[in-house]
Amino acid sequence: MAVATGKSFASRFGVHIAVLIFVAIWTVPTLGILVSSLRDKDQIIASGWWNSFASSSQTEAGRLPPASAQVEKDGKFVLAGNIFGEGAARNISAFGVKSAAPTQYPAGTTADLGDGVTLQLNADGTFVMGSPKAFEGDRGQRVYYASSAPPKFTTDNYRTVLFSEGIGRSFMNSLTVTIPATVIPILIAAFAAYALAWMRFPGRALLIAVIIGLLVVPLQMSLIPLLKLYNGVGTFFGVPSKTYLGIWLAHTGFGLPFAIYLLRSYIAGLPREIMESARIDGASDFEIFVKIVLPLSFPVLASFAIFQFLWVWNDLLVAMVFLGTEGDQIVLTAKLNALLGSRGGDWEILTTSAFVTIIVPLIVFFSLQRYFVRGLLAGSVKGG
Amino acid sequence: MAAQIFSAIFVIIIGVGGCVAYFWGANKLVDIIFPSRGVQGAAAIDNLRRQGMIRPWLFVGPAMIILTIYLIYPVVETLRLSFLDRGGGSFVGFANYEWAFGDREFRNSILNNIVWLAVVPAACTFLGLIIAVLTDKIWWGTIAKSLIFLPLAISFVGASVIWKFIYEYRGEGQVQIGLLNAIIQYFGGQPQVWISLPFWNNFFLMIILIWIQTGFAMVILSSALRGIPEETLEAAVIDGANPFQIFWKIMVPQIWGTIAVVWTTITILVLKVFDIVLTMTNGQWNSQVLANLMFDWMFRGGGDFGRGATIAIIIMIAVIPIMVWNIRQANKETGGH
Repeated sequence: MAVATGKSFASRFGVHIAVLIFVAIWTVPTLGILVSSLRDKDQIIASGWWNSFASSSQTEAGRLPPASAQVEKDGKFVLAGNIFGEGAARNISAFGVKSAAPTQYPAGTTADLGDGVTLQLNADGTFVMGSPKAFEGDRGQRVYYASSAPPKFTTDNYRTVLFSEGIGRSFMNSLTVTIPATVIPILIAAFAAYALAWMRFPGRALLIAVIIGLLVVPLQMSLIPLLKLYNGVGTFFGVPSKTYLGIWLAHTGFGLPFAIYLLRSYIAGLPREIMESARIDGASDFEIFVKIVLPLSFPVLASFAIFQFLWVWNDLLVAMVFLGTEGDQIVLTAKLNALLGSRGGDWEILTTSAFVTIIVPLIVFFSLQRYFVRGLLAGSVKGG
Repeated sequence: MAAQIFSAIFVIIIGVGGCVAYFWGANKLVDIIFPSRGVQGAAAIDNLRRQGMIRPWLFVGPAMIILTIYLIYPVVETLRLSFLDRGGGSFVGFANYEWAFGDREFRNSILNNIVWLAVVPAACTFLGLIIAVLTDKIWWGTIAKSLIFLPLAISFVGASVIWKFIYEYRGEGQVQIGLLNAIIQYFGGQPQVWISLPFWNNFFLMIILIWIQTGFAMVILSSALRGIPEETLEAAVIDGANPFQIFWKIMVPQIWGTIAVVWTTITILVLKVFDIVLTMTNGQWNSQVLANLMFDWMFRGGGDFGRGATIAIIIMIAVIPIMVWNIRQANKETGGH
């Protein structure tokens, strides 16, 4: 494939541009939530994340202090102060008193509100409101203003989701589910794969065909009977039906066909001479498996481990059916789904939670991509 | 938290240790019951033969038991349940199937699934192939491939949040924080609530799956393209074929088998698509699909297992042709080894 099919400069340039566009489409969405998760939560809704390095401007409403704060000066009644209170100053560009015209007056000018009432609002938030008559009422004047705030990045969102929204706990739950659900099927599948590849026994061919058939059986087929079974077992023994043990075994069952298939095709390809010379030396099948086959199969074991890890970590369906949709033991994906329902518009929570859920798979993926690709190729090109 | 970590580690050790203990112990037991060392002549040969008969079953035993409980028994049971009423109490014949084909939501799901099946595998395979060919020609192709491959590691729920943020809608004239509506507004268009547009919302959900799966197609096809003998390409160049002819007439025909594998793999995935629909729309605005409808019926109003099982069976029926084809291919390849 080293043949250059397009030789002109223009066509080579076109290839670079085209790939660049593809790369952009495939990375920008993820970048969006990463950037947003680090932004101040008020700024997330004030401007698009692609503008996050520019000052964001937003129109806000505030209320001046009530009449009780007024002072009388030279026969005029005056209210003065800073609309931001003691908080961080932002830069006001314009203000108004009607919601229909929130930016009627430029900052720093004095607005005539009728009946001799004047209001001046400066860029830094200080205001002076004057009137020939005393102000009345418990509620101060409503003021609208457009302000711009400098870009603000923070890790507050992470602190919030990890410790108050329950994502931290779900993170631990995900690990608790994922690690055993990755290790157990490897062990069981490796023994079965060795037997199916190198031991002779009746029914072997049928067993292989059954496993290949089971490769594509939709998960949906198993859900209802297993849910009934788990509920039945739970009632019979008086134990909870939604347990970690239950979900480990479920993931083991669903992962086994692929595990056996992948491992068997690799183990069957190991050189026959090694096995035979070991057998002549008096090694039993168990010794051959543990001392020769397992070490030689490391690459394929790693491939499957990554697959299973990503699959279990990213799974929502099995987790929702066998661990439930609420409670202390739910995993990250289920938690994120619950947050989508309860915190629908709170993008600072959603983007941050989403990033926490995808960070582990991304690290695994980037550090072990070689094994992942190898497993992908072995798993699909050879017939599955 | 610490207690949870400890109990997790403890249980991991028990679980994994239990597996190891089983395989080691069972093997030892066979050696003790049928000793082959230290026994003379015919007895040793006899025992060796017995060991050879028993040991394979010890090795495949746990796998067979788990596969039977978690996959084989459920397939039979789901089929049985699909002919029973909601609680699994009484036999109702084909009533659940009759209900399904008369149900508006079910028919909508079937229709949507067909659209998904027509669009997603084709789009993933096509885009994957294009990207594989293009990235092969440039020096930073490996990096580009890595980045396009990356969404494959992201969960469907995570991807749904990512894209929901892109589709986010604010009223016309307001600041759009969703990328898609911002672009549309920038060019003077009308912002839309993309995921509630009937029929078209399906495509906005499909984009998510295409975004995830294109990397898969790309990696597999890229490796297949590398396997094309260079002489065929060189010959085509010498004969004066243009790049498009080389692509369609030389490269694509040589990797048909791989394209079929990629296509069927993604097809099976599409039939099972659930998370994306659940998190984006939960089937509202006519975007329902079979897998989500099934999940819905499992729990709706206390759960209707008869209807849920019926929907699962219909998904299964769609998969069977691919299953048969797979088994045939595998039999051809292994040829009895």
